[in-house]
Parts: sequence; structure tokens; C-alpha cells
Amino acid sequence: MANSNEIPVLQPGHTYTTISEKISEIPLTHPRKTPRGWLVGFAISFLGMMLLLFAASYLFINGVGIWGINIPVGWAFAILNFVWWIGIGHAGTLISAILLLFRQDWRTSINRFAEAMTLFAVANAGLFPIMHLGRPWLFFFLMPYPNTQGLWPQFRSPLVWDLFAILTYATVSLLFWFMGLVPDLATMRDRASNIWVRRFYGALALGWRNSARHWHHYQSVYLLMAALATPLVISVHSIVSVDFAYGNVPGWHSTIFPPYFVAGAVFSGFAMVLSLMIPLRKFYHLEDFITQRHLENMAKVMLTVGLVVAYGYLMENFLGWYSGDVFLRFNTIDRWTGAYAPWYWLLMFCNVLVPQLLWFKKFRTNGILLFVISILVNVGMWLERFIIIVQSLSKDYLPSSWHLYAPTFWDIATLVGTLGLFLTLIFLFVRVLPSISIFELRELVHHQSGSGHEIKTANEAPAK
Amino acid sequence: METNTSNNYGLLAKFPSPETLVNAARRATDAGYREFDAYTPFPVEDLSDAMRMKPSKLPYAVLGGGISGGLLGFLMQVYATVFDYPLNIGGRPLLSWPAYIPITFELTVLLAAFGGVIGLFVVTRFPQPYHPVFNVEDFQKHGSQDGFYLGIEARDPKFDLANTRKFLEDQGAILVSEIEA
Repeated sequence: MANSNEIPVLQPGHTYTTISEKISEIPLTHPRKTPRGWLVGFAISFLGMMLLLFAASYLFINGVGIWGINIPVGWAFAILNFVWWIGIGHAGTLISAILLLFRQDWRTSINRFAEAMTLFAVANAGLFPIMHLGRPWLFFFLMPYPNTQGLWPQFRSPLVWDLFAILTYATVSLLFWFMGLVPDLATMRDRASNIWVRRFYGALALGWRNSARHWHHYQSVYLLMAALATPLVISVHSIVSVDFAYGNVPGWHSTIFPPYFVAGAVFSGFAMVLSLMIPLRKFYHLEDFITQRHLENMAKVMLTVGLVVAYGYLMENFLGWYSGDVFLRFNTIDRWTGAYAPWYWLLMFCNVLVPQLLWFKKFRTNGILLFVISILVNVGMWLERFIIIVQSLSKDYLPSSWHLYAPTFWDIATLVGTLGLFLTLIFLFVRVLPSISIFELRELVHHQSGSGHEIKTANEAPAK
Repeated sequence: METNTSNNYGLLAKFPSPETLVNAARRATDAGYREFDAYTPFPVEDLSDAMRMKPSKLPYAVLGGGISGGLLGFLMQVYATVFDYPLNIGGRPLLSWPAYIPITFELTVLLAAFGGVIGLFVVTRFPQPYHPVFNVEDFQKHGSQDGFYLGIEARDPKFDLANTRKFLEDQGAILVSEIEA
């Protein structure tokens, strides 16, 4: 993959010391010297989070009737936001686990951040299934636990599989992320000058002392965790897609859903990583660690999975004709021309047309253009779930029960609110924890130079 | 050994690069030292070989966790749907094992991950709020950033303050400090 003319994954001139200093200085900045841009961004995100609190409180008092849902469109924003967020999370696992197994050294400077993004996206996703319940305080009915009614959850239902998948995914992602953080927390502990800051990181670092005997076990477990996370991430979104594919609704009941959803998840996840990484890199001057090469590689992955997603759309349309099923054919034509057609064509524009620009190197290496493309893909992926869920439900078998759906203020407030919560967590993460893996970058310096004191040939990326 | 136990945990030698540290670790093994450890701010693969470490046994913890998770998940569903609450739906088989696979898989992964992480905690004896090596000031400053250290512990039968210090200096150590217990 790497040839000697390519831009390095780490700018030359860095030593073990400069890497430790540069990355740890961001969280270790004195609170009073917090950059103004961070404060402004955090304040705006925090307002968004408050909006979520407001919308959720109002929801818990008044029930789901405050949303625009009706019969037959009983699933709308809550489920589509859930799918959108969980999909965004998947890129983090893909970057940290799958690229680790494939020994892609460019993952090193983005994996920590992408994993944090996964956790925060999953936290957001997890809110929606609870919020969409009529009686949210009874959500634990989904768990198998000894109860006086002598009942079990329906283990043959994808909705129960979903609970297990999401909880496992959140737990394993958290363990994987924390495990990767421990050596860096030790660095933070040793670099902190304030005694309380030192104790804070020290407690989290668990007493890590960089012992070779510990590294030996650590690496073996880390690799196995990556090997576990890889099929896990695929299983999670496949199960999410089965929530729909099991339902006998035209537009849902399709065997292509699992791979199509997994590709869509990775697509939106990479778009979100780019949307967050490009401003972060600029703001904190991390161009040395997150180089053009990273942006370009992420753009290439995005283009590839984007084509898989486009194939999914093509197949959906093809089956609308080839299945010979009148309801499916009606559903397909309704997507093109019905009430939600403008959103369908906007989705095609965002997810199929716009990513084709990534064939050109100019678009892959230009930060601003890439940022705009990534935002459009995020919008497109959100619209995709809107079309799948709302359009399919709104017109099913009986014309007498057709009903269109329109979001209310509360639907939109919840969506904006989760964006606020997500960004609040991202801002806090960047401020408090090292957002780039320090020890793995040191390892990269070691591999690139032979001795970490000066990089002579930074382009010596290991041949694939 | 008796002479050194009072307040000396061992000797900590600093080396200028990972390569010199690997050489020193190899010579220490060859010289018969057993109770020693290397400290590097990132994993150095050659050290495992130089210190003759046995392959980690933690993969077995992951495997054990995975097998118990899989069995637990599958048997729980069998118990619930076949024995505890059998529900005849149009004569379909009670033991519908294909439908149990997703939860079986998820619990396999979950318990395997826990097996690995808990195993790591047990093997490394973490959380460990105190370790004597942190009493060396230079280690505190550089141990987790850019320093490469070899620490030979006083409990090693071959340990002798003067001789071991000389041995470490001969290997090219740039700084040798005593570790207070």
C-alpha cells in the first residue's frame, strides 16, 4: 500500500520526547489557559445537550405522543437516530481493530479518537430505544432476569438480540479503549505538574510502569481484543438490520440488508471521523501526526464502502422490479415519485453522486472539500434511514391505513440534542485525555528510524 | 541476599536506546539473572526473546471466557424456551437453535473480552498504586516517555550491589541508580 513517494504517516523530525510533549500538552493545559475556541465550541455543544435534557424530560412526562409518530408510522426519528448513531460508532471499531489486524500503520494516530467517537455515538444510540418505549421505566423487561411473572424475553426476536448486541458492543469497545489508554495515562501521570492532576491520571493508569513483562501480556490481549471486536462490529449492525429485515414490510423484508447496513455504517462512520478530525487537526495543529496520508486513506475507504452502499441501492431498485411483488414495486416507485421523493433524491445525491468526487486526488487531499463531502455523507446516511423507515412504513399493504409522517419540534429537538451530547463528550475527551495514542506513535518512531532520536527516512512504511 | 533486603529493591540502569537495552537484557539473562525487568515507553518486541519470556498464557483466559460465554448464552436460551417456558407456536420445534446464535455469539465475545481483561489484571497485579521503581527520580521523569531501563532486583540470588552495578555499567548503562524499597 505504501510506496516511498507517499506522504509519511508521521512527519519527520519527531522523537519519543517531542511526541509525548506535543500530545500530552493539550489535556495538561492549565484550565485558565483553555483555548477560547474550545470554550465557545463546548458552550454551544453544552446548550445542545441541555436541549436534549429538556426534550427527554418533556417526553418522559408526556409520552411519545409529543412526537410526530402515528399508525402506521410508529417508528420514526427515535429508531432512525438510533441506527444512525450506532452506524457512526462502527468506524471507530473498524479503524482500531480491523486496521490493526491488517497492520495498517496509519491507523495509529487516529484510532484513539475514533474509538472515543464510537463510545459516545453508542451512548447516544443507546438512549433512543429507551426513549421510544411507551413505558421507558420498564426497559429492563428485555433482560433475562428472575421475575415473579416467570417470563423470559423472546430470544427468537431480533429486538432482544439487539439488546445483547448493543450492550456487548458498548462494553467491549469501552474495555478496548480503556486498555489502549492505560499506558498513555501513565505518561500523563508522569508529565503532570499539579499533584491532583497527577493523582487523577495516576489512579486511572492503575500503576502502569511500562514493564516489558507487562507489555508482553498486554500486546497479546490487545491483539485478541481486536480479533474479537472485528466480527462483533459486523454482527452488531447485521442484527440492527435484521430488526427491519425480519419485518414483513415492503422495503424492509430483504436479505441484502445485513451487508448493506454494515457498509452504510462504515460509510457514515468514516464520514463522521473526517468531520471531526479535520477541524481538530487544524485547531490543535496536529498536522504532524494526522497527515494528508490519513485524510487520503480515510477518503479512499469512504469511497469504497460508498460504492458498496450504492450497490445496495441499486439492488433494492432491481428487486423492486425483479421480485414481481406488486407491493415492493409500488414501494420502489413511491420512493422515486411519492411524498418523500425529494428526500430520496437528496439521499442519492449525498451518498452516490458526491462521493464520486473522491476518485480525484484533489478532493481527497483538500481538507475543506473533504470536510464538506463528509458532512454531506452524514446527512445522506441519515436520510437513508429516514427513507427506509418512514417511507416504507407510511404506505404498506392497505391504502386505507396509509398515513404520512412529519416530525414535530420535539423530534428535531431530540436529534439536535443528541448531537449536542455527542459533541460535548468529544470536547471533554479532547480536553481531558490524550486524543492520539502516544505509545503507539513512539513505536512508529522506533520502527521508522531504527532509533528514536532522529528520523532519517520517514517514508519507510512497512510493506504490506 | 540478606545484606540487600533492608531498603534496597534493586538496581535500575538506564540505556540510551531500545537496541542497547535489548543487548543488556540478553546478557543479563545469559549471566544468570532471573529476577529482573525491562521498562520501555512502548512495547519492544525483541525484549520478549532477550528476556526468554514464555508465550503469554492469557489467550487461554480469552478462550475460556469465550467458551463459557457461548455455553452460558446457548444453554440459557435452551432452558428458557424448551424447559422453563415451552410455547407451542403452530407445532414449530421448541429447540429452534438457529435463532439462538446471535445471543450465543454476543455472549461469547463479551465473556472472552472479560476473560482477557480480567486475566491481564490478574497477571500484572493491577491496580497497583505503589511500586518501588517509581522511587527513582529519573524513572519518574522519563520512564513513560523516552527512557529505556533495566531493573535487576535484589531478591535475585545472583544480585550483589557492587558486582551487579559493574555488570550494568559494562553493558553501556548511562545511569545506574539504586531502587529504594
